[in-house]
Amino acid sequence: MKFAPHTDAEIGEMLSAIGIESLDSLFEQIPPSVRLEGSLGLPDGVSELEIVEDLRALAARDRHLDELVCFAGAGAYDHFIPAVVWALAARSEFSTSYTPYQPELSQGVLQVLFEFQSMVCELTGMDVSNASLYDGATALVEAVHMARGGERTRVLVSEGVDPRLVETLRTYGSGSGYEPEIFASEDGRGGAPAVGDDVAAVVVQHPNVLGILEPASELFSVAREGGARAIQVFDPLSLGVLAPPGELGADIAVAEGQSLGNHLAFGGPYLGLIAARMSDVRRMPGRIVGETVDVDGTPGYVLTLQAREQHIRREKANSNICTNQTLMAVAATIYLGWLGPEGLVEVGRRCAAKAAYAADRLTGIEGVSLLHPSAPFFKEFALRVPVPADRVVAALVERGFLAGVPLPREGDDVLLVALTERRSKEQIDAYAEAMGEALA
Amino acid sequence: MNAVGAPIRRQGPGGGGTILDRSVPGRRGWSLPPLDVPEAPVPEEHARGRRPGLPEVGEVDLVRHYTGLAQMNYGLDTGMYPLGSCTMKYNPKVAEAVAALPGFQRLHPLQPDSTTQGALELLWRLERALCEITGMDQATLQPPAGACGEMTGLLLMRAFHEDRGDARRRVIIPDSAHGTNPASVRLAGFEAVPVRSDARGLVDAGALAKLADDSVAGLMLTNPNTLGLFEEEIEEIAATIHGVGGLLYYDGANLNAILGRCRPGDMGFDIVHINTHKTFATPHGGGGPGAGPVGVKDELAAFLPAPTVRRNEDGGFSLDPGGERSIGRMHGFHGNVGILVRAYAYVFLHGADGLREVSELAALNANYLARLVGEEFPLAHPGMRPMHEFVATAKRLRDATGIRAMDVAKRLIDLGFHPSTVYFPLVVEEALMVEPTETESKATLEAFGEALRRTAEEARERPDVLREAPVTTPVRRLDEARAARALKLRW
Repeated sequence: MKFAPHTDAEIGEMLSAIGIESLDSLFEQIPPSVRLEGSLGLPDGVSELEIVEDLRALAARDRHLDELVCFAGAGAYDHFIPAVVWALAARSEFSTSYTPYQPELSQGVLQVLFEFQSMVCELTGMDVSNASLYDGATALVEAVHMARGGERTRVLVSEGVDPRLVETLRTYGSGSGYEPEIFASEDGRGGAPAVGDDVAAVVVQHPNVLGILEPASELFSVAREGGARAIQVFDPLSLGVLAPPGELGADIAVAEGQSLGNHLAFGGPYLGLIAARMSDVRRMPGRIVGETVDVDGTPGYVLTLQAREQHIRREKANSNICTNQTLMAVAATIYLGWLGPEGLVEVGRRCAAKAAYAADRLTGIEGVSLLHPSAPFFKEFALRVPVPADRVVAALVERGFLAGVPLPREGDDVLLVALTERRSKEQIDAYAEAMGEALA
Repeated sequence: MNAVGAPIRRQGPGGGGTILDRSVPGRRGWSLPPLDVPEAPVPEEHARGRRPGLPEVGEVDLVRHYTGLAQMNYGLDTGMYPLGSCTMKYNPKVAEAVAALPGFQRLHPLQPDSTTQGALELLWRLERALCEITGMDQATLQPPAGACGEMTGLLLMRAFHEDRGDARRRVIIPDSAHGTNPASVRLAGFEAVPVRSDARGLVDAGALAKLADDSVAGLMLTNPNTLGLFEEEIEEIAATIHGVGGLLYYDGANLNAILGRCRPGDMGFDIVHINTHKTFATPHGGGGPGAGPVGVKDELAAFLPAPTVRRNEDGGFSLDPGGERSIGRMHGFHGNVGILVRAYAYVFLHGADGLREVSELAALNANYLARLVGEEFPLAHPGMRPMHEFVATAKRLRDATGIRAMDVAKRLIDLGFHPSTVYFPLVVEEALMVEPTETESKATLEAFGEALRRTAEEARERPDVLREAPVTTPVRRLDEARAARALKLRW
């Protein structure tokens, strides 16, 4: 199967126009000693029908979430995606375009990104945002890089931040010369970061990796009084009901944006959200869209503040971001437009109510309890179960449920359970019954 | 010019407003089932007061608004998109269809391996295929974009040297390199050292030899390079860098030029990143997503990010948590899997024979088009045969008429085409970097060539047509200085 439209006759005409005999002549610059002898060790090409059958056979071996009722979260959530989101976002004018280097031909994507930036600011109560980053984990890395500078190099991270985010931060930090330092929580939340004058940032996830609501504004006060930047990792769909990072006193807010209309897709493509104060706008990473006017005075949009970016500043740039996750941001924008302020509240309200109900049902099972019974949570909670958590997950798969995500750091017997607006009372009841059977 | 796509045309007066301008208090698009469990409000001290200023619109408002915006956006499906270095070739529809199969799209990243065997096998097969295509031994599929692949590769380079107790701090990069190279080098804790290009447009081997010493961790190189030229002395370059104990990093931005003809691993490269949206035609979505898999030779494999996909003795697949020497994690989950599914479809649809043909016809198209426009826009390095793209210069036109490469680009818009890349690489004056790709027909190339020649003619006869272009688009040239000065970054 090929997509090049050339006929043999056309190839012949083109070769003679160039003045060469064969296609091989186009590769004469490659020294013979490094040329590939024979062909690549891959099968020859196949028809569309065959590739579809191949991929259908592979996909059929997966137990996907139309088969398993999903109670897993830990940063990726099974929220409902209305049909309108991808009916619009998948339009090929959006999906098959490049970074908008020619704004006159790219007003569509530029305006969506302007709307996206605006919505992220509205959600978070912050001043500025950008055109998206790769995902939540790398967004945290970029936020920390914004905060670091001068004498302030250390990065304090709450124990309540998802270990996968911390590991990502540690990996990137090994290049930039910092090691995230964890400060302990007390009974699943809070803690006392020691913010000296060498600390660049204090990172708090709220709701945290256990789903627990953190005393975020107190922690951010400690950070800011010590002269460090307060960074919040947030859940975008919590912000209909939870106070936003801007009100809590965060300087920089980052999130995994998958839950805004994007598919779970085994981990990606997702999108990273980042928002900050206006005073930090020139430290922001990635593409930023701004409004301006054209030569006739008509309003329009362009990529702006490009002097921050790698293609201008090269080795002096704060970030190496070039590609981002624009198409995922288009989907997020349409999804937030569908929800509106009221829908956002309704989703948050449902998540909280279903989580409370599920926690109630599950802790009614003998041997099952909340890991931190007195801590308030939003849509996720950690359970202590009487057998290893991965065995619970395996047993529940047999019964048609994805029971949650084991949290080995908290102990072999800890299972993180997530609820979204998508889970019905019947599903929760059936899940609790199945859990009871599996543990009996 | 019927070979041209459907140009982006002004639909009416501009300034139609944002989605917020369509907002009407009380209107709604959302619907959800009634709450079927008891209310459980969040504690008062955590509750949000004022609601966020999101639009209140109906579904029809959403559809009309975003359809209108889509119609103001030029994509590959609209027409030829000859952005040099970006490789905008046709994105196969079948790749979209298979990526949407629920077995891939409806998988949670933290499901047990026993429930994701199909996806894991797909990733494993893709990893093996990418190693075969690049001549590498093992790979990670985790980096979500090319620049992240660079960062991954540089951290691997650093880990490799540190593991040997060898703290090397300099990485050499050609002066024609993409800006992400030096930015990634610095973020990985190295110092970027530029090496100049010679008159041919290739790395100056003499200058490189002078820079190479035992402080050099490695060299980053794109081959064919950012001028679209093959670095003929690659073996000598590799010997120079390996001779001082450094590693060779292959920036895969132009891998699409050499598929099945030669492999980075056989040229001496130790680390490779691939841009799937360039080589394997995954849709770039207006700036992303991408995917940036990284392949390495065996001696670097222990440092790869984790998890990687492992094939077990029983024929099953699992996510390997990685060993002590792994650099860690480059992405929150397993990378842009949805994009990797599309790349898999592309690789195996084409197969060994088809991939080779992709590069052959990409080079044929670039050379044919370079020939069509060469009289007006000569190659920046005329002695060398371009491969999949060519860098021409409008310097002569500018000197004669005052018309600049940007004016030519804007006029091409009025003539129905997306322009080429302009002013890159930075080492070429008035650069026009053209990459037609293999999926454009001879007739389309001829129409584009005709349009480009027409701009040169107009530059001499009625230059205002170029200076004022574009006039047919929803907006005309935008005031970028004002955008940066009077910042308006949100509603």
